[in-house]
Formats: sequence, structure tokens, C-alpha cells
Amino acid sequence: MDYLVRIIGPLLEGTGVTLQVFLISFVLSVPLGLALALVRVSRFAFASSLVNGYIWLMRGTPLMLQMLFIYFALPFVPLIGVRLPDFPAAIVAFVLNYAAYFAEIFRAGIQSIDRGQYEGARVLGLSYAQTMRRIILPQVFKRILPPLSNETITLVKDTSLIYVLAMNDLLRAARGIVQRDFTTMPFVVAAAFYLLMTLVLTLAFQYLERKHAVYDG
Amino acid sequence: MARPMIDARGVHKRFAAVEVLRGVSLAVDQGEVVAVIGPSGSGKSTFLRCLNHLETISRGSIDIEGETLVATTADGVCRYAPDADIRRICRRMGMVFQHFNLFPHLTVLQNVIEAPITVKGLRRDEIVPRAEELLRKVGLLDRQASHPSRLSGGQKQRVAIARALAMEPDIMLFDEPTSALDPELTGEVLRTIRELAEEHMTMLVVTHEMAFAREVASRVVFMDGGEILEARPARELFAAPEHPRTRAFLENML
Repeated sequence: MDYLVRIIGPLLEGTGVTLQVFLISFVLSVPLGLALALVRVSRFAFASSLVNGYIWLMRGTPLMLQMLFIYFALPFVPLIGVRLPDFPAAIVAFVLNYAAYFAEIFRAGIQSIDRGQYEGARVLGLSYAQTMRRIILPQVFKRILPPLSNETITLVKDTSLIYVLAMNDLLRAARGIVQRDFTTMPFVVAAAFYLLMTLVLTLAFQYLERKHAVYDG
Repeated sequence: MARPMIDARGVHKRFAAVEVLRGVSLAVDQGEVVAVIGPSGSGKSTFLRCLNHLETISRGSIDIEGETLVATTADGVCRYAPDADIRRICRRMGMVFQHFNLFPHLTVLQNVIEAPITVKGLRRDEIVPRAEELLRKVGLLDRQASHPSRLSGGQKQRVAIARALAMEPDIMLFDEPTSALDPELTGEVLRTIRELAEEHMTMLVVTHEMAFAREVASRVVFMDGGEILEARPARELFAAPEHPRTRAFLENML
């Protein structure tokens, strides 16, 4: 018990880093994903295929590689070469990567809406932007809650990848203690913390699903 | 003679290799109720959808209340009005679809007030009394807080009519408004359309309801193979169809 109390401090610090990376990445990648999806389904063929290529690139290479590239290789890229500290580098990698996945979720949602909804809005005089904002996206949001919840929970766990930038997230903090004290207890505590975070998210998404259950379709 | 509300001349429409409209001309006057009948695939729904730009035509011209939606020059170039004009012109027409196309995430009342608020910029308190009046008229005021999924097909279609009327259109287009309904529910929808006819709303109704066409329409148009074969006062057309294909169709239907 005394031992638990002693290790909980560093583990909580690690949890703080994990939560920061998660929250900032989530808040930035969802709107970026939505924007990408809107371009992807738009009638601008060139922009749409650019987004398509972007999604291929981001889904087709490991997130860890992207993170290492942004941190170590980006400074040497001509013209856009910038040297980012570890925390911003991690955020940029997560946002760019997760936006691609969120974009595909939004696209699937947008394309699942019946054409009649667009026509119903159009004959009432709504513009394309108004139709999207008022009619299509509110319905999309309800439909994509389950896959969105999936991806969000994956993001919580993927934050552990930032150890490659030597950042002290929850998992790295736990591993440090394990290697120092020769006990697996910190892993058990870390697992409990991850479960607690994902439980909160699961409940939050379940609440949203219930709230939107007032209508079918 | 006042200018017609709808004036379509020589409308052609082609889907890939198939010519679904082959020179359709029809003028509809103020207060007229025109029923469009004909076999499936005759192009009647497509023609209706061309009038409010849900489909684009490949040749011909369409004027709505004297304003040009689309025109074709002498050398065959089909040109639409600028986008802003198209939206303004098409807003004079309300449309009711076979499958209602109500917005499922909004309540009945929200469905009705959405466009007046978003498109016309009305305040909620300006439009709600008018929306409630329309819902009372279609007999659904007590369901205003329900979502469409809680309504029967006939109720959904009556909400759709109220929703279209909330934009105060000059013309109403009905695309097979009762075709997706159980037979016992068509009556309530047809009754609502009949009431609109009595208020002299200009209407174009694509329908398979022959009895309704005969009783409510001032004129009946028979379409087959992408053409209008006959357009005459309802009573005349039903009593003595001129074209053999009209006769064959009516014999099949009645």
C-alpha cells in the first residue's frame, strides 16, 4: 500500500501528459477531419483527389514514423524546415494522422445520408452550405458516434507512442518504475488508469448516443 | 391574358443515351390545377423535376412567372440563368416528394420553420404562429413536437405540404404525393391538396390517382414515352380520350 502511494505521484504526472496530448489532438483533429471530408465530397475534383492522396499517405505509413519524421527530419526539409520541440511535434503528428481517419468516418457518414434530404432542402431554398450545416451534418453526427467513439479511444492508447520522443507519458513513467524497482505493479496501475480514461469516454459517447436517440434515422 | 405561371417549351432531357423528355411543352396559368398522368417511365416526374432545377434540361426553355429559368438559343445552346437567379426563381415553387424527405432530426414544427428562418431570415416568433396555422390546416397541430419517425405516412406527407407552404410559394409541385402511402392513408393527403385547389393555388400534380385527377384537376396531361400526347380539361379527357395510348392507359387504370 505504501509502495502504491509512492508510485502514484509519477504515474499521475505521466497521466497528465497523456491527457494533454489526447485532448489537444482530439480537439484539433476532429474539425480538421471534418474539413477534409467536406472537401473530399465536394464537387471540386482536384481538391478532392488531393485529400484522397493525403489520406492515403497518412493511413499508409506508421504513426510512429510520422512522429519521428516531424521531430527529426522536418528541420532538414528545404523551405518548410522547422525544428519543433517534442510536445508540439507529437501534437502535429497526431493531428495530421487522426484527421485522416476522422475524415473517412465523416465521409462515410455524409455519404450515408439519403439524396432526398439534399433535394428536400434544396427545394426549400437552402444553399449547399446551409444544407450541410442545418440538415446533413446534424444527422451525420448521430450516425458516426459509434465509429467516432472507437477512434477516440484508440487515440487515448496511441498517445503512448510519444515515448519515441522521450516524453514521459503514463506508459513510459510506468516502465521507468518497473525497470527501477523490479516489480510489475506500475503496469497494473497504468492499465487501471487507461481503463478509467476510456471508461469516461465510453460513458460520454453513450450519453451522446442516448441524447440523439430521440429520433430514428 | 396574363402570362402563365409555368411556361415550358420544347423541353428535352437526356440521361446518357436515353432521351427521357422529347420536346415537352406545357403552360400552366394562375390558379390552374394540372394533373400529369401516364405510365411509369413516361418522364412525368422528370419533367416536374426539371421545372425547379432538380434536373437540368438539355434543350428547350422554361419560364416561371415570366422569368427565364433556362432558354435555348437558335443555334441550340441551352443556357441557365445565373445561380442566384435560379435560386430566387425556384423559391417561388414548393415541392412535395413521393418519399416526403422530411428532416428526421427535426420535430414537425422545426421542419416547417427551418427554411423560413434559415433562408428568409425570419425570426422564430414571426414564423411560429404562421407555422402553427399551417399545421392546424393540415390537421397536425397536436403533433408539432413529434419527430417524423413517429408519424404515419399520410401525416408525414401532410407535414411536407405544410413545410412547403411555409415558404409561401406561388406554385406547388407534387411528385406522386400518395404513391408511397398505404391506400387507406391517401385520402387525407388528397383532401389537403384539394383544399389548396379550392384556395386557387397553382398546382402541378404527378399522380396515379385517376379519381383525384378527374375531380380536382382543371386540366389533365397524359404523358407517354417522354412526350405529352394529350392535354385537355379533366372531364373531357376522361370521358373521351383522343389518343389510343391514352385510351389504353385509362382502360388499364380504371
